[in-house]
Parts: sequence; C-alpha cells; structure tokens
Amino acid sequence: MDRREQHLDGTSPQAIDVHGLTKRYGALAAVKDIDFSVGQGEVFAFLGPNGAGKSTTIKMLCTLAHPTSGQATVAGFDVVSRAKAVRRHIGLVFQEQTLDDQLTAEENLRFHAVLYGVPHAQIDPRISRVMELVALSDRRRDLVSTYSGGMSRRLEIARGMLHTPKVLFLDEPTVGLDPQTRALMWEDVMRLRDEEGVTIFLTTHYMDEAEYADRIAIIDYGSIIALDTPDALKASVGADTVELETADDETALAALQREGYTVERNEGGLTVFVADEEAAVGPIVSTVGVLVRTVRAHRPTLDDVFLHFTGREIREQHGEAVPMFARAHGARRS
Amino acid sequence: MTTISAASRNVQAGIADTRISDEIRVVGMVWERELIRYVRTRTRIVSGLVQPVLFLFVLGYGMSGLVGSTGGFNFREFMYPGVVAMSVVMTAIFSAMSIVWDREFGFLREMLVAPVSRTSLVLGKTAGGATVAAAQGTIMLVLAPLVGIHLTPLLVAEVIGLELLMAVAMTTFGVFVASRIQRMESFQVVMQMLLMPMLFLSGALFPLNNLPEWLTVITRLNPLTYAVAPLRQQVFAAQNMSAAARARFPTNVTLFAHTLPIELELAIVVVFALVFFVLAFRGLSRTE
Repeated sequence: MDRREQHLDGTSPQAIDVHGLTKRYGALAAVKDIDFSVGQGEVFAFLGPNGAGKSTTIKMLCTLAHPTSGQATVAGFDVVSRAKAVRRHIGLVFQEQTLDDQLTAEENLRFHAVLYGVPHAQIDPRISRVMELVALSDRRRDLVSTYSGGMSRRLEIARGMLHTPKVLFLDEPTVGLDPQTRALMWEDVMRLRDEEGVTIFLTTHYMDEAEYADRIAIIDYGSIIALDTPDALKASVGADTVELETADDETALAALQREGYTVERNEGGLTVFVADEEAAVGPIVSTVGVLVRTVRAHRPTLDDVFLHFTGREIREQHGEAVPMFARAHGARRS
Repeated sequence: MTTISAASRNVQAGIADTRISDEIRVVGMVWERELIRYVRTRTRIVSGLVQPVLFLFVLGYGMSGLVGSTGGFNFREFMYPGVVAMSVVMTAIFSAMSIVWDREFGFLREMLVAPVSRTSLVLGKTAGGATVAAAQGTIMLVLAPLVGIHLTPLLVAEVIGLELLMAVAMTTFGVFVASRIQRMESFQVVMQMLLMPMLFLSGALFPLNNLPEWLTVITRLNPLTYAVAPLRQQVFAAQNMSAAARARFPTNVTLFAHTLPIELELAIVVVFALVFFVLAFRGLSRTE
C-alpha cells in the first residue's frame, strides 16, 4: 500500500506526518521546509522562542492555515484535502481562553460535544469522564466566570479531549499560569496520555516544560534545528560531569585514572566525565582516597542544548533577547 | 487500481464529512446558548424594557399633549406597536452583537474551528436572537391595557409571528454588522449610528406621511419600515377605531404612489432577511 492511500483512509501509523511543510507570508518564510513525524501516544514538544514558527506550524496542522507547500497528515488525514476530518479528530487548546464564561463548565462541554458530533448517549458519560481527568468534577455546574485562570485552562484541556481526539494540540498551554498550576496541568496531560492514549503535540518556550515530552523539536527561524528525546539532546551537547575539589588533586587524579575514569585537571580542581552524574558521585568520592572539599555534579540542561544549537539562550517573552526580536520584526516589515 | 479505490473512498468520506442531523443539532445548540444567556442576564431583560417604556410613557404622554386625540385615539396608542417593534429590534441587534463579545473572549474561535458549517452557526445564532427578541417584544404586550390597546388571542398570535419575522431580519443584519466589527469599542458607535436612525425612520415612533421628499426616500430604503407597518396594521385592525382616527394615524406604506399590501411588505422583509443572512455568512467566513 503506498503512502498516499494510507493518508486517505486514515490508517497511517503516525499520528502526525509532515513532509517539506512551508508557510510564507509574502517575503517572510515563517516555516521553512520542515519534516517530522509523531507516533501514536507520543508527547511531542515544539520548543523555540516567540516568532520561531511554532504557532504557524500548529495552525497548519490544525487546518487553520494553508501550507504554501509541502504535505502534512494528522490522524491519517491530509490537512488540506481532508480538513474537516482532521478537525473532527483533533482537540485544540489555544493560547488565549475560548470558553463562554456566562455558561457553566458543563454547558461549555455540552456545546462542544454537539459541535464535534459526539453521539447524544455518550455526551453525559464523556463529560463526567473528562471532568474527572482534570479533577474538576465538583465544579461541573459552576459558571466558568467563577473559575481561576488555571482551572479555566484545565477545563479547556478537558474540552479538547471531550470528543476523544486522536491528537491533542496545546499551543503554549501554560503561559500565564503559576508554577503550581503548571505542575497540576502537566499531571492532567500525562494522565490523558496514559489513560486515553492520545497523542499530544505542544508548543512551548519554557525549557522545563519541554522536559515532559518524549521528544522535542527545537525550532528557530522557521527551521527544525534539532529533534530527539530530551536525554539524547542533552547528551549531544556533552556528557554529564562531576567536578571535584580535593586536598590533593594529584593523588585523586591518579586514583581516578586507575579506575578508568576520564578526568581533566583544571585550575579549580578535577572534572570527571561520566554517563550519569547522579549515580557517579558516590563511587567517585570513594575512589579518590583523599579529602574531598567540594563536589558539583552537572547534567546539561535544555538551556545548554538550545545555546549549543542556536548560539544564544532562549529568553522569556519580555523582549530581553533583542537580536532575535529585532530580526523577526524587521523581516515582517519588509 | 489502488488509485481509483482510494479516490472513490475519498468521495464517500467526503459525503460522510457532512451529516445533516449533526448540523441540525448544532443549530439547536447555538440557539439554546442564546436562550441560556438571555435568561441568565436578568439585567438585560430589565434594561431592554426600560427604554421602550420610557419612550411609550414619557415621550408618549408628552406628544399626546401636543398631538391631541382624534376620535378617542391618542398618540400613545399610535406609538404602542412601534415601541413593541423597538424592543424587538433592540434585543435582536444586541443578541447578534454578542458575536463581538464572543470574538473578544475567544468563544467565536471555539465555534469557527469546529467541524461544522458556518451556515449552521449563523442559522443557530439567527434563531436564538429571533426567539429572544420576540420574547422581549411579547413581554411588552403586558403594557397594552395601560395604553388602552385591546388584545385578542388571535392578535397576540399575529404579533408574535410578526415579531419573529422582524427579529430574524434584524438578527441577521446584526450578525452581518458584528462580523465586520473587530473591536468592542466600535460596537457602541455603530449601535448609535445605525440603530437609532433605523428606528426613527421606520415609522415606529411617528407617522411617515408628510415627511420631506429626501427623508421619505430614506424611510423607504429602511428595511424596518416594512416590518413596523404590518405590526401596526394588525394591532390597529383589532381596535375599535373611528374613520377619523384611521385617517389621522395612517398605517400603510406607499411606494411609488402605490399602497403596499401587507403580503408585499412581509415579502420585502423576507428578502432583506435573506440578503442579510448571506452577508452575515460571508462576514463570518472571512474570519479565521
């Protein structure tokens, strides 16, 4: 069976399959020739600064924007020729709130269920189920206007799951939420994946958030510059290290090298390269045989990864990363 | 061979993409939402009553002194059907304008990205706005005895029917205007610039005869003129009015020196409603 037919009858094994996807707005290429695929049940994160092309990509995948060129299938349906089928099989949670706060949570969900053609008999059990998944069952009959920002966001996630979509799209799902609420929301998302087997595609510019993903695509200036698991991405930047300061670096160095460790001596002390910093600290300290003054274990973070691939740090949305924003704006104006 | 089977399957799936029963459910749901919101905001029901009541009793009494009564029929009784129309129009426009709110608060997006047709959304919105507006107009009927208007069950049924037609035309008009407005601040301005002139030049508040030529032309271009006249005709037909009073307070609309029959007036309203419906649909299709 050729690939095209797989796309048409909705049996493509990939939840999302993207080939050469490009979107131009006049002279500006917001997304340039990207390729990737996301497996069923995977949590996949698009990580990049504002203006990198994350939202444009998500819009094309959700059939809200037409690709300039290239091809994409979501839940096995082509995003251009089968836009309506795609929409029926995806859940969407936008950056901005899209609830009617004069209705109760239940009424919002009921409205959504009808819009997405959920069979009448399934609406009530399904509402109970998704409200349970986001732990809002006891607020089911309350007006949304009485909800906090975090609760509204979780209700939107519940709503996105109501029609049992194959893929749930979350566009910057935790922007504006406090850390506690963010953690709660992530618990919800992971529960959804585990219990409903839904594929989750999210965009974010928070490094710590991308950590939750099975795989991360780093996008910058419209191109994917790295794509792998968080661990593999970090490993590609460099190994874990354990830095030591001892009473006698000379002896410690010799002892460690005898045990087969890769060690570097520098001004402050010794740097030992290891596979897993957490597990290595104990054995290293007991190996050196001299007094250890300080130990510092370090594992590359996604910040290091981003720095490595782009040559600069990802910043918050407050406009600190001046060169990045200046370029994006300049390009748009021309 | 595989290509052909794939293509035919695609066509079948294409048909399955639109299910009529689902679309009808959507119309019903959008309609239900309008009703829930209407019932829930009591302030809106009350404020929707205040302005027409103000017109009817304050302006009505004031003008009655000036105009006097003819054959026991005074200006308040003339105004009454117009004020009912006024409350219908204002509620319908306000209901349709909630699209601007929906855009501001994001709910419009929830509707527009759903796998349903825009036609269903506009139909539901129109049905909802029309129901709410007709309900508001019907509440106005309790004032009839205070003004001296006699109601019969038949007249009430006729009035509700006419209110619904008027409300459908005005809701589609409102949805069309609202679909072109991006910001909430523009809403008040547009309301003032469109709604009040439309009401004043519809014959709702004063007779349209003996106006200057240029004003007459505008009143005949106003869709509301053709909706207000039938309402007043039906209300007056059920009253015990002298010939003098009927001559003093005419109800008919003349176009090119011809008096329009009620059927033609209603047909004109239906045509306006259809045109506004298409414009509203187009307006919403431009978004997103």
